Amino acid sequence: MAIKKVVETGLWERSYVPEIIRGMALTAGHFFRNMALHTAHVFGLAKDRRGSATYQFPEERRPLAPRLRTLHRLTRREDGSPRCVACMMCETVCPARCIYIVAGEHPNPQIEKYPVRFDIDLGLCVMCGYCVEACPEDAIRMDTGIVEFSSYTREGMIYDLKKLLSLSPTPKRSVPASARPEDLPQLTEPQA
Amino acid sequence: MNYLIAFLIVGFVFSAVMTFMYLLLWMERKQSAVMQDRIGANRATFFGLPTMMGLWHNIADGIKLITKEDFIPPLGNRFLHTISPMIALFFALISFAVIPFGGVYSLWGYTVSFQILHLNVGLLYVFAVMSMGIYGFVLSGWASANNYALLGGMRASGQMISYEITMGATVIGLLMIYGTLDLQQINVAQGELWGGWLPLWGVLLQPLGFILFFTAAMAETKRVPFDIPEGESEIVGYFMEYSGMKFAMFWQSDFIETILAASLVTTLFFGGWQVPFLTADGFHFPWGSVWNLPTLVVMVLQVGAFLGKVFFFCFLLMLIRWTLPRFRWDQLMKLGWTIMLPLSIINILVTGLVLVLLKG
Repeated sequence: MAIKKVVETGLWERSYVPEIIRGMALTAGHFFRNMALHTAHVFGLAKDRRGSATYQFPEERRPLAPRLRTLHRLTRREDGSPRCVACMMCETVCPARCIYIVAGEHPNPQIEKYPVRFDIDLGLCVMCGYCVEACPEDAIRMDTGIVEFSSYTREGMIYDLKKLLSLSPTPKRSVPASARPEDLPQLTEPQA
Repeated sequence: MNYLIAFLIVGFVFSAVMTFMYLLLWMERKQSAVMQDRIGANRATFFGLPTMMGLWHNIADGIKLITKEDFIPPLGNRFLHTISPMIALFFALISFAVIPFGGVYSLWGYTVSFQILHLNVGLLYVFAVMSMGIYGFVLSGWASANNYALLGGMRASGQMISYEITMGATVIGLLMIYGTLDLQQINVAQGELWGGWLPLWGVLLQPLGFILFFTAAMAETKRVPFDIPEGESEIVGYFMEYSGMKFAMFWQSDFIETILAASLVTTLFFGGWQVPFLTADGFHFPWGSVWNLPTLVVMVLQVGAFLGKVFFFCFLLMLIRWTLPRFRWDQLMKLGWTIMLPLSIINILVTGLVLVLLKG
């Protein structure tokens, strides 16, 4: 089915010249406004108004939306150990199957389990945020604001427990040495 | 000594044109960027020197183009393939020989004329040389042994011949008024004042002629909105099989033609080197006051005025180039043959009628 578009053009539009001048006034307006702003910036004036819509990337970053899903991090308890209880919810819900958890027994009977391994293969991750939604312990978040994670190798894209924890700030107050994640009893990985 | 002055003037014109071309390349990048709310190329540096708002990118381009492989299609004509960019660039450059960059000045007993070649048929020479330039584009399409390049060359010749007719017919109105083909005399005539205060620039005598000539000159430069011969975004024109410096020569000839179009419009319609109320001995304002200036200052002012006007028209051509979309081929031919040519002939008739009524 052909759609017939009828554009009404009078003699004014068809004589080209006035419409061309109108178009040029628009582009020239942009040119002179931006030039004036760039010139003002050189003299340190009107810094709050931008002369361009683009961002000069490595020096200048676009403000991220507060709800943007960025690189994952594992949150910590007050003693610095991961909040994760290795319940496997995120691993189960993950549509890209990029999370791999090995659970170990925690010395504290109220916590029961803790992750011995917690790997996210960011090469597979689709940044859907289901793991954050599924987590009952608020142990995984996607709010680091890091959007530039890349690697020359596939292995480099796999972020392990230590790396993911390091993205969360360590609590300020001192904690008993035995409660730090690296001091927890290490389990050997179950053979497949 | 006269030979030395002539050499200096040739050097001045050549370096002015080449520098303008270099700057136009930069202007094309930056002006389009600022118009489109961008910044434009600003990263290239030279041994850690400041980036100079992207001026080094031109040198980077040059290094890239010189070191690139110069490919000649195996089935193409080697000789024609090599010579056609030279023809295009040569005829684009040589047209500046008759453009008056300034008037004739007598300094310390020497006569300094800012026109390389004082021809009494200067305008005909420009048109002849511009028509010769078409050979470069047609031959490049032919010598590439590529059907798309050949079609591009045919489009180039079709477009340039169509618009040259309009260009020539438009100028006749001016010739009838000034009665000369000598560009220097046309410029001198534009210094006259009407009613003692309004400089009689060509644009006031021939407003329709100006619009037609400007459009036709824009078509001659083969840039958007008339870039069908090149069609660099998709259809790809006559320089399809060119690489490296040969490609760059076509591209330089385009920029030089832009400058040529701007200087022709300036010379014919905007008074050339004339500054309003400035004569050989200083400013004579219409309210009677006189400000005497030495000849050297007058020379600098007038040559500066010419270069400034050319710069303005280059800016305007860039503005149009980055504002308008491209014409379709049938629209282009329709505009050239059924609108601009009849209008230019009407312009001749009306000019003749007015001249007869005023003088007869």
